Amino acid sequence: MPKLEIKRSFLARFIPGLASLTKRGSAGWMTIIGSGIVLSMVLMTVLGPWFSPYDPTAINVSPPPNPSPPSGDFPLGTNLLGQDMLSRILCGGSVMIQVALLSVLFCFIIGVPVGLLASYAGGMIDRISTLVMDSFYAFPGLVLAIAIAAMMGRGVVNMALSIAVVYVPSYFRMVRSQVLTIKELPYTEAARATGAKGQTVLLRYILPNVVPSIVVVATVNFADAILTAAGLTFVGLGVGIDVPDWGWDLTQGRQLLPSGSWWVITFPGIMILLLALGFTLVGEGLSELLTPRLER
Amino acid sequence: MNDDVISLPLLEVDSLTVDYRTRDGDIRAVNNLSFALEKGETLGLVGESGSGKSTLGLSIIQLVPVPGVIVNGHVRIDGVDVVRLSDEEMRAIRGKNVGFVFQDPMTSLNPVKKVGAHFIELIRTHEPNVTEAEALERAQKTLNDVGILPERINDYPHQFSGGMRQRIMIALAIALNPGVVIADEPTTALDVIVQAKILDLLKNLRDTYGMALILITHDLSIVLERCDKIIVMYAGNLVEYATGTELHSHPRHPYTQGLLQSIPNIELAEQKLEAIPGSPPNLLNPPKGCRFWLRCSEAGENCETEEPPIVEVSPGHFVRCFKEADKSERNRKR
Repeated sequence: MPKLEIKRSFLARFIPGLASLTKRGSAGWMTIIGSGIVLSMVLMTVLGPWFSPYDPTAINVSPPPNPSPPSGDFPLGTNLLGQDMLSRILCGGSVMIQVALLSVLFCFIIGVPVGLLASYAGGMIDRISTLVMDSFYAFPGLVLAIAIAAMMGRGVVNMALSIAVVYVPSYFRMVRSQVLTIKELPYTEAARATGAKGQTVLLRYILPNVVPSIVVVATVNFADAILTAAGLTFVGLGVGIDVPDWGWDLTQGRQLLPSGSWWVITFPGIMILLLALGFTLVGEGLSELLTPRLER
Repeated sequence: MNDDVISLPLLEVDSLTVDYRTRDGDIRAVNNLSFALEKGETLGLVGESGSGKSTLGLSIIQLVPVPGVIVNGHVRIDGVDVVRLSDEEMRAIRGKNVGFVFQDPMTSLNPVKKVGAHFIELIRTHEPNVTEAEALERAQKTLNDVGILPERINDYPHQFSGGMRQRIMIALAIALNPGVVIADEPTTALDVIVQAKILDLLKNLRDTYGMALILITHDLSIVLERCDKIIVMYAGNLVEYATGTELHSHPRHPYTQGLLQSIPNIELAEQKLEAIPGSPPNLLNPPKGCRFWLRCSEAGENCETEEPPIVEVSPGHFVRCFKEADKSERNRKR
């Protein structure tokens, strides 16, 4: 009897997959570069508190006048409150990354099951949930997020929830359309012919075949969530000023830019841009890799 | 009152009628059809597209696609009338008592699951106490029986060819040793050589596993020599029912005769292939009398207005045709 190989560890699957990415052309490289950017941003934010030269929230660490331009002691300059911009850049991504991760998680938890159920059950359930989701979808995203965040108040979880409400319809629509296709495929009928329950067919035959599409939507949504989170903080609906946050630095920098203090808004802006770019690259790369098509 | 003494057939289909309730009206896909099948027998169900043969196969396991409804009749598997069963009771029968092989092996296996996982799923659905390792061991034994190397259990469906995937589908259908296996056009998507191999495999498995086999196909030539009994269906009706050899040597229904004449024979170089003129009727509005009369070369007057009866022309050979009915009437008078 040959050896029975039922499960391989996650890592064992992941590492050969990573190596093969380099052989998949531009899409593979996009994924690698994107994940590189995202991972180094996350690493920087996690390790930031240990490396930052000053306490990012302490005021007046530099002697007046503030804001002072980049100099030897303060490589990225200081802001109006005399806080060190380099320290704020190193630590300031955590809110944004947490909000993005949580909002994508919320989208998963809400969008995927509702999409699965609606399309599998069909009929009235499907119509009503499609109607609700479409009405969310039709609303301008940032305006909706601002309205909900204003209702729920400050905090990472509340920000994440208000962003999730905006993006749940994308998940729902993707899952629903995929299930509608997959549930007509012969292997789901074959599963039923072997005595599988509806629930089993849905969770073990349909869901695993939808996952690649959900992953693509999720990675593309990360970038949107980052930008929406920045937008929420920019209009003053972020977390308190006692937490370093790039979004809040943007708000401050906007007021200082006319007087020529470009460094207060430029550096956090670049960081947000990079993070969004990283997620976009991963998303676009994965969507190309996971969509089957003929080799040239 | 000696029901337990009389041995029940393994599978009995009794005046089964299936309708599709469409927006435009009811379509009678299977009309008042009956047959019985014993252990070790092979039944061929032959008919062209839309004749109701697949619907009949699916109605045996109660999986007629929406909006199909079984309006009348019974399907008894081991004496149990499955038309009356609840969903849960029916699930216990599918896969366990009746195995099903679908037409297209390329899409009948879940692409994200290894072959072994399909077997684990199937076996543990019906026997929850079996461990994964035991299920895989049984899977390997079954795969070996259908001619797939047991170590390929860790491969994904896309790593197999069409013929091999159909072997895997067959292995899944027989894994729990069901009494009946229904193969719905199992070789339509395969080339001729693989087709012959798959059909021989099914025949050998029927003998070793001692099951009854229903072979649904549109190709009369492949069932003639392999089936004990053959039902020829036309527009939802049974038109002829006989053994394979009888049907081959004495086809009685004009439709069956037409089908037989349209089989090419490589030994007759000068043979002219006959085709049946016309196309099957629209079942939303079927012809009033015999459903075949519009295409029939021997149609008489009553064929247009009355439905022909089923007559037994010789022992075990049934035909739904006025021509034969008149003949047997005359014989009786004489």
